[in-house]
Order: sequence, then C-alpha cells, then structure tokens
Amino acid sequence: MSTMSFSLRIWRQDGPNLPGALQRYTVHGVTDDMSILELLDRLNEDLIAQGQDPVAFDSDCREGICGTCGLVINGVAHGPKSQCTTCELRMREFRGGRTVDGLLEITVEPWRAGPFPIIKDLVVDRTAFDRIIAAGGYVTVNAGSAGEANDLKIAKPDADAAMDAASCIGCAACVAACPNASASLFTAAKIAQFTHLPQGAPERARRALRMVEQMDAEGFGDCSNHGECEAVCPKGISISNIAVMRREFAKALLGGG
Amino acid sequence: MSSLGTRVWSSVGKKLISGLTGLGLVIFVCIHLTGNLLLLVGADAFNRYSYFLEHLGHGAFIYFAEAGLVSFFALHIVSGISVWRRKAHARQVGYAVRGDAGGPSRKSLSSRSMLYSGILLAVYVPLHVAHFKYGGPPIIQLDGHEARDLYSLVVTEFKNPLIVALYSGAMLFLGLHLRHGIWSMLQSLGLLNRRLLPPAVTLAVIVSGLLAVGFLLLPLYVYLNPQVMPLTGGLG
Repeated sequence: MSTMSFSLRIWRQDGPNLPGALQRYTVHGVTDDMSILELLDRLNEDLIAQGQDPVAFDSDCREGICGTCGLVINGVAHGPKSQCTTCELRMREFRGGRTVDGLLEITVEPWRAGPFPIIKDLVVDRTAFDRIIAAGGYVTVNAGSAGEANDLKIAKPDADAAMDAASCIGCAACVAACPNASASLFTAAKIAQFTHLPQGAPERARRALRMVEQMDAEGFGDCSNHGECEAVCPKGISISNIAVMRREFAKALLGGG
Repeated sequence: MSSLGTRVWSSVGKKLISGLTGLGLVIFVCIHLTGNLLLLVGADAFNRYSYFLEHLGHGAFIYFAEAGLVSFFALHIVSGISVWRRKAHARQVGYAVRGDAGGPSRKSLSSRSMLYSGILLAVYVPLHVAHFKYGGPPIIQLDGHEARDLYSLVVTEFKNPLIVALYSGAMLFLGLHLRHGIWSMLQSLGLLNRRLLPPAVTLAVIVSGLLAVGFLLLPLYVYLNPQVMPLTGGLG
C-alpha cells in the first residue's frame, strides 16, 4: 500500500486568551495504520528538528479508554469514524478524501466551548467537567470492610443500563459536537449511571439538581435534542440518558429535593 | 442550593417548560385542524362549529382557552429564545470547518431551523388571529340566533392568491417546526428511552406531515374549487 501525503490545517494558539489561527503543515510518508496522533507526533518531530514550537495536543492511553485525547477533525469531534476516539482513528479513514494541491487535506481544531478555554494550540481546559462531578457525581458508602458482593442484588437490565451510562470517559466530544455547546450528554450519563443502582439512591434527588445547576453555572449551552453528541460519542452513549436526567430533575423538583 | 425559580429556569427546567408547552400547542393544533376540516363539510357545519366554540360555557370557555394558549405561546417562545441566547454565549468562537456526525444524530434542517421557523410562526399567529378571529365577518341567522358567518369570511379570503400563498408558506414552516418539535418535546419531557426514541422520530415525521398537509388542504381547496363560494347575500 502506498503511503499518503497530507496537508494539515492546524489551530495554533500560544496561550489562553491569545489570538490564534489555522496554520498549514505538510506531512509525507503517512501509512494507513498510523493514528492521527501519530501523524501529529511525526509532524512535531519535524517541527522540533527545524527548531519550531511543536503542536500541543492532549493524549494519554492511546487505546480509546482514558478520554484524554480529543480533536475536531474536518468539523467532526473525534473525526469521521463513529464510536472511535481520536487516538484510535487510523489514517486509512482519510483515503479518497478532499485534496488540495494533490495532498489530502485535514483541518484540526480544538474543542470549542466557552467553559473549555484553550490552554495552548489543541489543548483545552476541561476542569469544568470535574466541577460537575464534584457537585453530585458520587455515592456515599460506609467506610470499613467491603460488603459481601452478592448482598446487594441488582437486576441485569438495571446493571446494563448503569454500565452503559458509566462507560462515559469524559472526553467532552459531546460538548464539542453540540451546536449549542451543551454538556447535557456528559452530565446525563454521570447522573444516569447512579439512577439505576441502589447505591445511588441516597443522593438521588440532590444529585440531579446540583449537577444540572453546576452544568449551567459553568456556562454550557442548553440542549436542543439534535443528537450530534450521541453520534460522536466514542462510547456510543445514548441520548436516552438525557431523558433520564430530565425525569430525575423533574422528580427532584416536584419532590422538593 | 439554588432557589426554586433558578431551578425552574435552569437548562433542564426550560426543556421541561418547552416540552410541556409544546405538547399543549401540538394538541391545540390537532384540535384546530380537526375543527377546520369541517370547512370541507360545508358552510352550515363550519358556522355551527364556530358558534359552538364561541358560546361554550356561556362564552367563558373561549376566553379560558385563549388565555391558556397565549401563556403557552409566551413560555414556549421565551424558553426558545433563552436556548438561543445561551448558545451564542457558550460558543463564541466557532469552527472553521463544520461537519455532520451522521449515524444516530437527529440533526436536520428542521432541528437547525427551530428558532427561525419559530419566529415565523410567532409572527404568523397574531396576524392569523387578527385576520380570522377579529376579521369582521357578516352575520347570519342560525336557528334563530345571530351568528358570525366565519365560513364566508374564510372562503372570501382564500379566494385571494396572495393570502393562499402566505398561509401555505406558514403551514410549511409549521410542518418544519413540528418535524423536530414533536419528538423533541417527548424527549424534553423525559418520556423517551432507547427503544421509544426511533418510533418517536418516525411519529414526528408522520404527524408533522399530516398536520401540514391538512392545513394546506383548506386554502388550496377553497382557492381551486370554483363551487366553493361565500354564502349568497352574506357579504356586505
């Protein structure tokens, strides 16, 4: 298989609140099996060799489980492949794509949302999510020795629904993809993962109220039910969790939680 | 902890309000169309229906219903505008390239244009009310009572191609708004789950289509059918 050459347009920004712009770079000798992060690694090696500032981007596990990486690639969060993190996105996905001067063109931008200020280039500050979790995304347990695992019986459908919601890795692609920059899918998943479980019952009402309150306080937009979030979510988390969040919120509101 | 007012007007609270008022408005639109289709039955049926509504509960019902509708419209509009304002605040720097994620996304022309179709409908509704509710129809005798000859008013207006074009346009935007609005309101009220979501979207497509076609049918029927004329001697 022949290698590919790419013309990359990458958002460069020296620091928070500084002006930024898309800059064009060329990378040759790209193989099908490279991930897009490896493409950026290759570019950065070239830039460092030339004495230039490498492109800053986030990554950690590089196997799609940690939620650290995240780029908007050709206008889609995590790129063109569904249920796939940026680190797992292979360059073969771009074969046959749009070309400019005979080179395949890719535009790479950071997550865009007011509550996620850019730290540098493609790295954004996602601590707004940590504050939403701190507002109610936890359960209280008695300290001491662990209970007998089978003491607490949980029906399989409930366990499955909880696990589906809990598979959220907090990458924030949902916010990046939402036309309104809403954090509803993230917040809903973090509420819904406890809704189905007895462990989540004690804080159930105030969890929904406080996490929604914190989500709003961070400045995320409102949800318009477009469903782009589910489409870009690397874990395929359903917007049905957002319906769960609304039910939980309504119950808490009516119950005076 | 936040106050009740803050909670009610939170992002989720607004979706509940928007969904609830949307549900009320959709139910109203369905009843409205059902009543309007009496126009196809004939002048007597249509005028009797109009007389019935205006005199239901000694004339109190209509005011009660109108007050409800006005407040539902107002809440629906204010919550919709608030979504738009927060959106503008939440993403001040946009993307250079915008793509669609495809797959399970429900984003559509309809969902993207909710604000605009909503604004057009918000302009249309008061004009429509002024046009037909407060338009000066001739008076006829109905079982010994004086009644408004709403049939003749509607027929006269729908013989005007400009009015027909404006109404048809408005109804297309109603269909566009409800294409996303109907399933979205169910989702906003937290009524959907993974199993119910796809049929809810299909339901929205079907119901919005039927409503738009139903409402379009009336002006076109009156305009294109030369046998449909205002009642003789009814118009002054």
